[in-house]
Amino acid sequence: MIYREAGDFKTNYREDGRTFPIRFDRWAYFATLAVAFLVVPFVINDYWANAVLLPFLIYAIATLGLNILTGYCGQVSLGTGGFMAVGAYACYKLMTGFPDVNIVFHVILAGGITAAVGVLFGLPSLRIKGFYLAVATLAAQFFLVWLFNRVGWFYNYSASGQINAPTRTVFGVEVTGPTTSAWATYLFCLVFVVICAWLARNMTRGSLGRKWMAIRDMDIAAEIIGVNPLGAKLTAFAVSSFFVGISGALFFAVYLGAVEVGEVFGIQKSFLVLFMIIIGGLGSILGSFAGAAFLVLLPVFLKNVLTGTLGWPTDLAAHIEFMIVGALICAFLIFEPHGLAQLWRLTKEKLRTWPFPY
Amino acid sequence: MLDDKTGEYAAEDGTEAVVPLMEMRNIVLRFGGVVAIRDISFDIREGEIRAIIGPNGAGKSSLLNVISGFYHPQEGVVIFRGRERAPMKPYQVARQGIARTFQNIALFHGMTVLDNVMTGRLTRMKSSMAAQALWIGSAEREEIENRGKVEEIIDFLNIQHIRKVPVGRLPYGLKKRVELARALAAEPELLLLDEPMAGMNVEEKEDMSRFILDVNDEFGTTIALIEHDMGVVMDLSDRVVVMDYGRKIGDGTPDEVRNNQDVIDAYLGVGHD
Repeated sequence: MIYREAGDFKTNYREDGRTFPIRFDRWAYFATLAVAFLVVPFVINDYWANAVLLPFLIYAIATLGLNILTGYCGQVSLGTGGFMAVGAYACYKLMTGFPDVNIVFHVILAGGITAAVGVLFGLPSLRIKGFYLAVATLAAQFFLVWLFNRVGWFYNYSASGQINAPTRTVFGVEVTGPTTSAWATYLFCLVFVVICAWLARNMTRGSLGRKWMAIRDMDIAAEIIGVNPLGAKLTAFAVSSFFVGISGALFFAVYLGAVEVGEVFGIQKSFLVLFMIIIGGLGSILGSFAGAAFLVLLPVFLKNVLTGTLGWPTDLAAHIEFMIVGALICAFLIFEPHGLAQLWRLTKEKLRTWPFPY
Repeated sequence: MLDDKTGEYAAEDGTEAVVPLMEMRNIVLRFGGVVAIRDISFDIREGEIRAIIGPNGAGKSSLLNVISGFYHPQEGVVIFRGRERAPMKPYQVARQGIARTFQNIALFHGMTVLDNVMTGRLTRMKSSMAAQALWIGSAEREEIENRGKVEEIIDFLNIQHIRKVPVGRLPYGLKKRVELARALAAEPELLLLDEPMAGMNVEEKEDMSRFILDVNDEFGTTIALIEHDMGVVMDLSDRVVVMDYGRKIGDGTPDEVRNNQDVIDAYLGVGHD
């Protein structure tokens, strides 16, 4: 009853090609945006920002990026953590090197630099596929972390080897540094997320996205219809790394404020983002958000239930939490390999005919 | 034939000059010690349906792969539109206006029928990455224009009802038709069909034959096809090349080929009654 497309006719191809062809979806989308921009900033507090919303938004950008590469173009990457580190260190060098330039440009430029690095490490993808490519990107992960640990220039030769985000403002409001307010950092990240999601959707709906998907589904057939495989793969690496770089920059500058590269951008981060897109749904924009939300919220939720409600000791709860998350990932791979996005798709198909399925 | 001395086309008796759309000359293709194609020469004239037949392993598919750029012959030249073709990658061949289908369906299984057919238009979609990212101007216009053309093809092949269905869910016969649609969406000058009727029942074969004839009629597309069903081949094609062990053993109209003793020995056989 609530979810109908009857009477929602399309009379031209433009309407048929919209992102949300069903009116109900469209309203839901605008309502979500309105709440995110107009309600949440007024009720947000430090706990919600730091434990839930900021990591969710920032990981959402990273999952969008990895989903373009792995979900849309079919190139497995285990180098996400390394590329996030590139974004973070590029942002740090730009912030300290050009303190007068607005942080917004630093973040975008950091994305651009990461895109260039991503293309460089994407070059082997023309020759190697599947697991072998995954191993090659793993090399990128370890090399980049090693590089940022060893070469002092990247962390401005600070004694601790850490990088610390100096205070920067947008429209006079602090968004980085130790004294930011929750609503400002939240809004700053939200704007980046909305723009990135919009860009990702646009790039995947047209000829560029079809090139990627063609390479993913059958690269020989893709070549025969005129797709240059090198070009398609490298653009996927570039766009993906751009998003991942932005998320790395935000992760460092806005969320953490101080970063020790091996700890924050290690191999665990690569796997975390990979799990997010697998659980969320490969090749789906919505799935990127769902996966990020799931893996950010689940540990918080479990911790609250186990230590808060049940009153278990923290260390025991932490271990149980690992086990539950791991079991859930396995369960997902077995029961719904196409992820949360597919569950949502199936739900929608059921809802359309509810309550009188034929 | 292309005359070596003058560089111009002349019929062998010197009367009329017909420039074939594509000519293969003395093609030799080896894989290590195995010779897949030995010294094959033939041409494909504009607007005709040209069949390539022969027993399994005769080198028919290898020949198609030479045309579409997957294999590069060790000897011989491929002449397209009167010009010798340098060794090319498959995607460059596609951009010259040569489309093909595969023996084992090579569709994009994760995409809908519509998206699959739209990929056939990729060589014609030129809007920049920036325009697409922002979805302004050329990107959207191009998408809508090409969608119009794709819908014509979808109409033509009668697959409107499965437009938004993921290809992975379709039955075999429809997949074959979608693959033809994808090749047609490129509006090719030369269409290569590798066993378009393999594994089909009689009705599906009839449908497919009609589509092939219609494509040839309505769009004037030149077609080269590999097929094992002799009834279909003899009915559809204007001229037939027969291959055996990588050699050409016959070339001509269906009637000429049918009565060629070499072809009968190697492939057609004789009725025992």
